[in-house]
Amino acid sequence: MEENAAMSREFLIKATGLGAIKGERILFSDLSLELGRGEAIVLRGINGAGKSTLLRMLGGLSRPDAGTVERTVRHHWIGHRNGLKPHETPRAHLTHWGRVWGSSAEPLAVARKMGVERPFEVAGQLLSAGQKRRTAIGRLLLAERPVWLLDEPFSALDREGRDLVTGLIDAHRASGGGVIAALHGEAPFEASREVQL
Amino acid sequence: MRTPSPLRAAFRQALGEAWAGGAGVLLPIGFFAGAAMLVPFTVGSEASQLSSIGTGILWVALALASLVSMERVFQADLEDGALELWAQEETPLFLVAAAKILAHWIISGLPLVLLTPPIGIALQVDPGALIPAMLAYGLGGLAFFLWGGVAGALAASVARGGLLIALLALPLFVPTAIFGALATVEGPGGPSLLFLAAATLFALAVAPFAASAALRLAVD
Repeated sequence: MEENAAMSREFLIKATGLGAIKGERILFSDLSLELGRGEAIVLRGINGAGKSTLLRMLGGLSRPDAGTVERTVRHHWIGHRNGLKPHETPRAHLTHWGRVWGSSAEPLAVARKMGVERPFEVAGQLLSAGQKRRTAIGRLLLAERPVWLLDEPFSALDREGRDLVTGLIDAHRASGGGVIAALHGEAPFEASREVQL
Repeated sequence: MRTPSPLRAAFRQALGEAWAGGAGVLLPIGFFAGAAMLVPFTVGSEASQLSSIGTGILWVALALASLVSMERVFQADLEDGALELWAQEETPLFLVAAAKILAHWIISGLPLVLLTPPIGIALQVDPGALIPAMLAYGLGGLAFFLWGGVAGALAASVARGGLLIALLALPLFVPTAIFGALATVEGPGGPSLLFLAAATLFALAVAPFAASAALRLAVD
């Protein structure tokens, strides 16, 4: 049903006239964007330009200081914090969110795909930054959600990890999903649009 | 009706978290016993004097001990990013907050209630009255944890917010403390137990909403 509603309105997420104020500074104003199926929007800007702020507004974590955000479908969130608890193993993390989302995906299969099957039973505090990131990104595979909001998804990932996530993003777009990602450096996938902040 | 499986998962995770903290269980117990046992040293160990204030001391110790591990309940979620994920779920955040507070109460609140009889005996309280009084301590303890949870959510984004939690929560404890103390003196047949239960129900109805509003502010 969600899918049909999205189809008829032809966008997955839409922001109109967004503005953000931090302290006394205007981060951005009158920013509009629209994400369609199969698209990927890359948010660019120097540190502190407001990429994360924009992403948080799109996800509904922060209330826009101006403008509106319309979401027609559910989304996945990979923030700059991984959401992994210090005592939580990749198994516990993927099992937990799988339960929350009523997922039938096998946590071990997801871990294998993300290359964290070796530290599957290792507590989060003992994992490397890259392993934590891979575990967090594994959440994307637990439940099918049309929109992925990603804040620096490639941070802490090695070359192979970058390729892996790029592959996931490509596959997600090919199956009709949309991605909005805040990125430094070059985007390893082909962006439909870039938003400069 | 929507399946409550997200809540079950939240509850389960909170139980695991409270347990994995290690000291999560033992710290409030140690604090509770230690605070109550300090009293005979300060007011004197005369049996008649102790027995007249014993139940009240248990209430004070329970109120303070319920705040001991409250600081991390929501702060950890904010720091590791789990709160961001919960805040974007369709499951109402107040239900998640309630599930977390209840899980926390089961791990570190219920043991305190079970501990009231032995400590009460040490304080010369009439042993016959202690078992019925556990109901009052249980009800009151739950209200303490609920209000403590609100304070914990408000202080989640404050570094070393433990003292702030105490300052915020202690005034909210007053109705529960009043009716609880009366209920333990009256025994289970008195009207104060009903007022205590009403105060706890009020906390149950209000605290999750207040906590979730505070968490939304914290995550913004």
